[in-house]
Amino acid sequence: MNNDLVELNNCGVLRNHKWLVRGVSLKVSQGEIVTLIGPNGSGKSTTAKMSLDILKPDEGTNNIKKGMRISYVPQKISIDWSLPLRAIDFVNLVKKHKTSEINDALSITGIKHLIYEDVRNLSGGEFQRLLMARAIAKEPHFLVLDEPVQGVDYPGEIALYKTIQEIVKKINCGILLISHNLHVVMSQTDYVICLNGHVCCSGAPNTVIKEPEYIKLFGKNIDPTLAFYQHDHDHEHLPDGSIDDSKKD
Amino acid sequence: MFDDFIVRAFAAGIGLAFITGPLGCFIVWRRLSYFGDTIAHSALLGVVIAYALDFNLIIAVFVVSCLLALSLLFLQRRTNLPDDALLGLLAHSVLAIGLVLLGILSFIRIDLMGLLFGDILSVNVTDLLFVWIGGSIVLIVLILIWRPLFAGTVNLELAKAEGLNPDLANAIFTLLIASVIAISIKIVGILLITGLLIIPASASRNLSSTPIQMAIISSIIGVASVVLGIQTSMIWNTPTGPTILTITLGVFILTLLPLKKLLISKKKIELSDKR
Repeated sequence: MNNDLVELNNCGVLRNHKWLVRGVSLKVSQGEIVTLIGPNGSGKSTTAKMSLDILKPDEGTNNIKKGMRISYVPQKISIDWSLPLRAIDFVNLVKKHKTSEINDALSITGIKHLIYEDVRNLSGGEFQRLLMARAIAKEPHFLVLDEPVQGVDYPGEIALYKTIQEIVKKINCGILLISHNLHVVMSQTDYVICLNGHVCCSGAPNTVIKEPEYIKLFGKNIDPTLAFYQHDHDHEHLPDGSIDDSKKD
Repeated sequence: MFDDFIVRAFAAGIGLAFITGPLGCFIVWRRLSYFGDTIAHSALLGVVIAYALDFNLIIAVFVVSCLLALSLLFLQRRTNLPDDALLGLLAHSVLAIGLVLLGILSFIRIDLMGLLFGDILSVNVTDLLFVWIGGSIVLIVLILIWRPLFAGTVNLELAKAEGLNPDLANAIFTLLIASVIAISIKIVGILLITGLLIIPASASRNLSSTPIQMAIISSIIGVASVVLGIQTSMIWNTPTGPTILTITLGVFILTLLPLKKLLISKKKIELSDKR
């Protein structure tokens, strides 16, 4: 596997006789941001978990490059009251870092002053920044971000997405990003996959918005001038998912 | 030095409280207190088997506890029942089996009170070796699996995704609980051991701001309670195990008082006086 970090081939997850997601193929390479979008329950998190090998696909194969450093920002983490945990302890959760490294990571996400603060005293937005800082501190090869900006205010959100791009440049990692925010995400992504139980459409951002499937899901009222910068290069299309449309709700 | 039963009692109690400190923290963090209870209930079966086969008590209890933990893992995978129902099912059925077996093997005479509440003053040198050698092993293993166990406690999927093996750490942790309960039977008894695991850890929570701090303070509280408890029980001639636990409760109540605030406000007042 040259530059490919993770590859899913026609993957599906079956739970209680129901396919949570089916026929997903995707590839994340070094230095690339791949974004998953789709409505609630469309299988975005499930897909992310397959790419992390937390979930084994019941159908298809997931190839994950051996020996790479992985960072994961899950959609939801709740810290129990019984657990005394400061921001610095949280950054050191999986791997112990030098204090200088931790300070750097926390400054990048703008919460350096909170290093010794108890995690449960952080606001939702501050906690998201902490999750991100922990992920960055590891200098991962592959970074999975599941809704990384929830609870962050709008200017902060844009700043965080800028940060994500800077990280890609700096440490040249591959990113799999899940997001609701179409505006910001679409402008900063190399490849978009639109999920709704299967892959509805995929491609470079400015191609995907023209797909009828995409318009059906998200409408076409999104002002392209706000969000998209145009790519000049040619883009590739993945085949559509193998599920027929009649199964959709 | 260990000829005196009082010295042996102190040595055993201190050794046990030392390991229940950090282990108890994980039980509190992972909400496993009912699991500790379940293993403790199964100890009776281990004791009956040990007496019937004339086998070492601590090893028999440890083996039965491990089997129980394995059955729990099996049931968790085979059924969709919630964990607390499975634990209740196991705890009481294994306790019942132990009592039935005790009835069948009528030649066995067990000091039931001693089993339930411990008899720290009857600890012998072999027991002491189990406490200190077994306890050291438990502590070393806990330190070795600390990172995956702790990361998995905070978020299982994150730990798995980032290449740790929290499932293995959890399985090993279960064995550690089983060993500590086996070790503790003579000291505090099967009804009270969960208390010695949970109460010092809970008291420590009120005083600490990092996980490691909480584990260490928990050990200190446990050891102090054991020392005070044994002395108190000799002065007032009360049962030792329950006395120790009563003292841990006292410490817990003390930690609820806003001591930190009192100290800080005192300092502030002193400072303002100086000005």
